[in-house]
Amino acid sequence: MGLELYLDLLSQHCRTVYIFAKKNNIPFEFKRVELFKGQHCREEFGKVNILKKVPALKDGVFTLAESTAILLYLSRKYNTPDHWYPSDIQKRARVDEYLSWHHTNIRTNAPKTLWIKVLIPLFTGQKLPPEKLQEVMDELAISLKQFEEKFLQDKPFIVGSEISLADLVAIVELMQPVGADCNIFEGWPKLVAWRSQVEEAVRKELFQGAHERILNAQDLRKVQIDPQMKKEMKPLLLKMLK
Amino acid sequence: MGIELYLDLLSPPCRSVYIFAKKNNITFTFKQMEVLKGQQHSDGFGKVNVLRKVPALKDGGFTLAESPAILAYLSQKYKTPDHWYPLDMKKRARVDEYLSWQHSSIRPIYTLFPIQVVFPLYVDQTAPEEKLQEALEDLAIPLKQLEEKFLQDKPFLVGNKISLADLVAVTDLMQLIAIGYNIFEDMPKLVEWRSRVEKAVGKELFQEAHKVILNFQDLNNIFLHAPKMTLQISTPGHHQAVVIDPGDGPGVYQG
Repeated sequence: MGLELYLDLLSQHCRTVYIFAKKNNIPFEFKRVELFKGQHCREEFGKVNILKKVPALKDGVFTLAESTAILLYLSRKYNTPDHWYPSDIQKRARVDEYLSWHHTNIRTNAPKTLWIKVLIPLFTGQKLPPEKLQEVMDELAISLKQFEEKFLQDKPFIVGSEISLADLVAIVELMQPVGADCNIFEGWPKLVAWRSQVEEAVRKELFQGAHERILNAQDLRKVQIDPQMKKEMKPLLLKMLK
Repeated sequence: MGIELYLDLLSPPCRSVYIFAKKNNITFTFKQMEVLKGQQHSDGFGKVNVLRKVPALKDGGFTLAESPAILAYLSQKYKTPDHWYPLDMKKRARVDEYLSWQHSSIRPIYTLFPIQVVFPLYVDQTAPEEKLQEALEDLAIPLKQLEEKFLQDKPFLVGNKISLADLVAVTDLMQLIAIGYNIFEDMPKLVEWRSRVEKAVGKELFQEAHKVILNFQDLNNIFLHAPKMTLQISTPGHHQAVVIDPGDGPGVYQG
């Protein structure tokens, strides 16, 4: 039995793992976990990841959660090209630094745009006031500024002249707002150029393919959500709104 | 010039870096930063970390922020004993997994510290009970996951020996333990684990690193002499800026 990757491409964390594995020709079995159907809550999936989150990896009896950990594990096991996670300790530190900062900055605000515009209305039937979205967009703008000034600066990629895990994680997270029809790159020419370079380095076809679902928000709005899940998520979502 | 570590031991990530460096006899210059006095806003520190957060590292012309990155860098540069960040792929993955997960789970702990300690000192009243209760409730699930998913029946989070994961976890959780919250109530496994981590680090070093947080009543004095500043309180998904102006005396703040 080979490598199994448990993924729902609606999730940005799953897309990074998917793109990385595909780009590096890592053979794996795609195990679809449909979040909207509540499949991540089932007991069977709980055996792969007790935290009931995607992405998850299963390599024989070894199971692993957290996209960062999965990406690093794959890069080591399959000896992917050095630029993804450089062996030079200072360049490597730059990737680690970004991945850590990402968690508490872009990762906390970018996805909220999709929740506010598409997912919360889908789950609760309630539309949210425009100020809520503006609040999130303002927070995201602060993160984007820091991203540009500290991490990207005048380089083509975060670590230097080649793409690394840092760029992949960043760009995929920023696609959540794009999926919500929030033009977050407007007014940020450096980021537009960087985005283009990252897509090119990954291969446009692969990038677009991975993002097919998230970029069709109209289809998302028609999705049938498992009623049990709707019920369970409601208090969490309402809390998110506060 | 050797390594410089910019640290404020009030901060859990700073403590994990401090303990790791000391434990491994890494030579460094301790650059004391006092966040409550707003020292992170100085021009000098801005050159070390433009994001103005601690901990930060300076190694010649190379600067670095974010404690997981600093810890990994130090472990590699100084070739620290393998158990801290094992070369074995699967064990290393377990450390990575914890360090990633803790960001959005155990991290909410930082909400409690400003609520319990910072606000009362400025506002001259005890912190709102519901906010405290809410924060403590939010912590219950991650603690359960810490025990059931990460620790299980092992002595340490990754196996038989202490690793970066244990160090980061314990320094985070001490933030609450030190100010009097018995967060491990009814969780004997975590009590024992914490004790083992302290022993593995060395009681003396552990206590030394936690001296400031264990004496948080002394923080009162720090506040009275602090400049006006905007305190950024960040938890995953939430930023709040609170302007604190001690010049107007206790009991005056804007949120």
